[in-house]
Amino acid sequence: MFDRILPYLLAGISVGGQYALIAVGYTMVYGILRLINFAHGDIFTAAGFFMVYLTASLPMSVSIPLVIILTVILGFTVERVAYKPLRTAPRMSVMISAIGASYLMQNLMWYVTGGLAKQYPVLPWLGDTVQIGSASTKIVTIVTPILTILLVIALVTLIQKTKIGMAMRAVSHDFEISQLMGIRINSVISVTFIIGSALAAVGSMLFFTNYSTVTPTVGAMPGLKAFVAAVFGGIGSIPGAVIGAFIIGIAENLIRAAGYTAFSDAFTFALLIVVLLFRPTGLFGEKTAEKV
Amino acid sequence: MKKLIALVLALALMVPAFALADNVIKIGVFEPSSGDNGAGGKQEVLGVEYAHSLKPSVTVGGVEYTVELVNVDNQSDSSKAVTAAQELVSSGVSVVLGSYGSGASMAGGDVFAAAEIPAIGLSCTNPSVTTLCDYYWRICFLDPFQGSVMANFANSLGAKKAYVLTMLGEDYGNGLGHFFTDAFKALGGEVVAETFPEGTSDFTAYINNAVNAGADCVFAPCATTYASLIIDQAASLNVSFPLLAGDTWESSVILDAAKGKNINVYVSTFFDENDGAAAAAEFVTGFKAWLNANADKKTNNGNANADKKTNNGGNDIVAAVSALGFDGYNVALAAIEAAGATDAKAIAEALPALVYENAVTGSISFDEIGDAKKDMAYVKKANTETGAFDFVKTQTVSGL
Amino acid sequence: MKKMSKTRLIVCLAAVLLIYVGAWFAEKSAGTNSMLVTVLKKGAVYALIAVSMNLLNGFTGLFSLGQAGFMLVGAYVYAVFTIPLKRHAAVYQYYNGGIIQFELPLLVALILAGLVAAGLAALVGLPVLRLKSDYLAIATLGFAEIIRAVVQWDSLGPVTNGSNLLKTYPTFSSTKILGSTVLFPFIVSGVCIGLILLIINSTYGRAFKAIRDDEVAAEAMGINLFHHKELAFVISCFFAGIGGALLAMFQGTVQANSFKSAMTYDILLMVVIGGMGSVSGSVIASFLYIACSEWWLRFLDNEQFIGSFQVPLLRSGFRMVVFSIVIMVVVLFFRRGIMGDRELWNLRLPKKKKGKEGLK
Repeated sequence: MFDRILPYLLAGISVGGQYALIAVGYTMVYGILRLINFAHGDIFTAAGFFMVYLTASLPMSVSIPLVIILTVILGFTVERVAYKPLRTAPRMSVMISAIGASYLMQNLMWYVTGGLAKQYPVLPWLGDTVQIGSASTKIVTIVTPILTILLVIALVTLIQKTKIGMAMRAVSHDFEISQLMGIRINSVISVTFIIGSALAAVGSMLFFTNYSTVTPTVGAMPGLKAFVAAVFGGIGSIPGAVIGAFIIGIAENLIRAAGYTAFSDAFTFALLIVVLLFRPTGLFGEKTAEKV
Repeated sequence: MKKLIALVLALALMVPAFALADNVIKIGVFEPSSGDNGAGGKQEVLGVEYAHSLKPSVTVGGVEYTVELVNVDNQSDSSKAVTAAQELVSSGVSVVLGSYGSGASMAGGDVFAAAEIPAIGLSCTNPSVTTLCDYYWRICFLDPFQGSVMANFANSLGAKKAYVLTMLGEDYGNGLGHFFTDAFKALGGEVVAETFPEGTSDFTAYINNAVNAGADCVFAPCATTYASLIIDQAASLNVSFPLLAGDTWESSVILDAAKGKNINVYVSTFFDENDGAAAAAEFVTGFKAWLNANADKKTNNGNANADKKTNNGGNDIVAAVSALGFDGYNVALAAIEAAGATDAKAIAEALPALVYENAVTGSISFDEIGDAKKDMAYVKKANTETGAFDFVKTQTVSGL
Repeated sequence: MKKMSKTRLIVCLAAVLLIYVGAWFAEKSAGTNSMLVTVLKKGAVYALIAVSMNLLNGFTGLFSLGQAGFMLVGAYVYAVFTIPLKRHAAVYQYYNGGIIQFELPLLVALILAGLVAAGLAALVGLPVLRLKSDYLAIATLGFAEIIRAVVQWDSLGPVTNGSNLLKTYPTFSSTKILGSTVLFPFIVSGVCIGLILLIINSTYGRAFKAIRDDEVAAEAMGINLFHHKELAFVISCFFAGIGGALLAMFQGTVQANSFKSAMTYDILLMVVIGGMGSVSGSVIASFLYIACSEWWLRFLDNEQFIGSFQVPLLRSGFRMVVFSIVIMVVVLFFRRGIMGDRELWNLRLPKKKKGKEGLK
């Protein structure tokens, strides 16, 4: 029995780790701006394309850091261009701007690539096959959860122990008051987007090593699922997002194992709706009084 | 507000008017150059363009008409295909070639039928393309035939249980999977069928399902975007069964994905590069020379930084869909000549009786539904060392 | 909202009539197959859908992203019940001709499409409408995805044809009025938008707007929040269902796969460009949006030469890039959209004239 389930569990943990790295970006932005950053999934895709184009002319050792830097610049730019001008606007306007930004990035990627799928380069070592018990898989499957957890621990430490982390917590607790206390809100928000984008870049490397085709819309579904994971775990809570992502990754693979393959995406949303109805703040979300 | 309206009106004036010059006949090329089927669509367009470069004009009633190709990108998407088809119709084409995927053809068919413009399907294999549309003809074989070819082939490999994997909402894959299932069951085999949603990247669960079901082969007719993921993940899971698929997998995308991996991939297709017949051999050498000569020229089908060879997948291997594109263009010209007129309706009336002997994929004539009477498929295997397709066998209807 | 004077009402009705006559003339002069007529038909369909979404997002303040799901239901109901019996065997080729062995008259199927979508909305609304803002948005988006997966389910194949295309049902070319294909969508969507306007200007409409402006205050005034939200949701989805059916008629084929969340985003953008809370804004924006994306910007997708100079950047996909930049500019700098929350008929007269030109 366990032999039969093992490959699905491995796939679920691996994909869960990748969702987790994206979900952290969603949850941090939501925590601070109360904004569903719809463009986050496209930043993840863009990181994939950066790698495709960079490795065409540069060695891997240069490409990998460059991909992270470019993705960070992209995330920073999106925030400055699409969200900053709307800081005082109603939340709905910002969300629509996020949808617009996502639309623009998808179309831009479509234009640059000619709408065709690109083959992701094989990262050395990560793409090799290993045998675990009766199942064989790529090394990246095992590396993903470990790397995810290490990165998240580092991130939590950053938020708990450093000054900028303190500022982030303050801003997410109360936007206006922290502004009055002299926190430079724009730099805090920028740092949030930078961290989120860097994690998305790492996530994209792990994701595309496993699933080696990059298309302009490939990030839409993982992005949406990562967001669901963030809501599931309690939006604003980083450990919650990570646990939510692993649960969703594993659940979706077990659903496929049970033979309901056509419903694997729908199931994720059904799970979300059930959670929202019974625990509107998610599994680990703080209960806050609704502001009037 | 005023400015916006002024801007919009200014834009409206910029709409390029389609002036119909004298002695020009327009042929619409209704193919995907982006989306899941973009790679295959581009190869099909290459075949049409090559044929056009050989015969750039047609004589009707003693007057020579220059043929102009009008390309649209249907984006491999059945809802975008409708407006793409409408664009072709509004640009005044007399006959339409395409599309690569059955879904886009079925969606566009209604638009062509409403405008009474005949369309010639090149590699759309789903029966509904022609049965549900009176203005669609087709020059390739159909899925019931292709499905039974592959079912027989799977049977000849000794497979008793097949795992059929198709994409939800893709007419081509669903149809072919269905006909394969019917034929394989009739041969006494067992079938486990599953579907994956659009945009899936993680196929490990599906491949594990195939392993756990005890399948002896996997039949996965789907777009090449997903095919390369399936091959890659199947190889990393060290599966022992072969992967089988239909004509879409006959693509350099598959060869690249399978190269250097321990995996067996078999496909059925319309044409073989090493066909000994005179017309076919001439086409292959001519097409290769044309590809290499035009390697630095841009196509007019979209991607400006892609030259013809890149559109062909970066090599000069002749894809079956290019051969079909070549034949389709020539059939269209033959129909125009037979009609003795350049208007769409006359061409539509000339098509049913048309016989085109010179086709590189075998002589073409149509039955009463509008399908070509074709009865031969080629089975090929992806060579993981050389990165090319090896010919395995031909299969005819009577041989089934 | 001010009560409309009688003369103003007559002027408005005359304007609507003028639009119909204009559309009819456009088809007669440009030809049924021209892009102009295509844009007019598709624009009319999307105008209804955008107005139905505006009723929810702009007038009631409920941020729902489930529109595509309810359009899907409407489109399927219409298609399934109007496919001619003799075509069943060919359409349902994998399901032995399907199990629905009757067909309904076109208008009955059209209304049924709305009713089924509304009924489903009533069920979905019960749990979902208790959620607020972003959570409501993401839950409705999720429901739309679930609807799409269920419709594609193979076990429902005898009814829905699984995930395969439905076609051969009556389209706009079989509903010619006065020899013209544009009048049917214009009239159906005109009547529906008229009904929505009546609702907006009724007591219910005022309650919706009160909820949008301040939920707590509205509740204090004795408005039953849940009851009214549910009502707005059901009404909006009824018209989305009819809109979906019209879209099916426009396209000639229906496939669940094309009703993705991207479709909802398109409609949302139309509503935003037109102005949240303006019916006429949504209508104008729909026509502009469709015309730009399908027609006016098409030349950007092809290589253009001015003399021997090749205009750089132009190739497949550039149209959508330019289009999305335009959208971002509107969203960022013209946040109120074309009309804000005003209506054409409440503007001063000179402006009204300009607006009508935009509509053409």
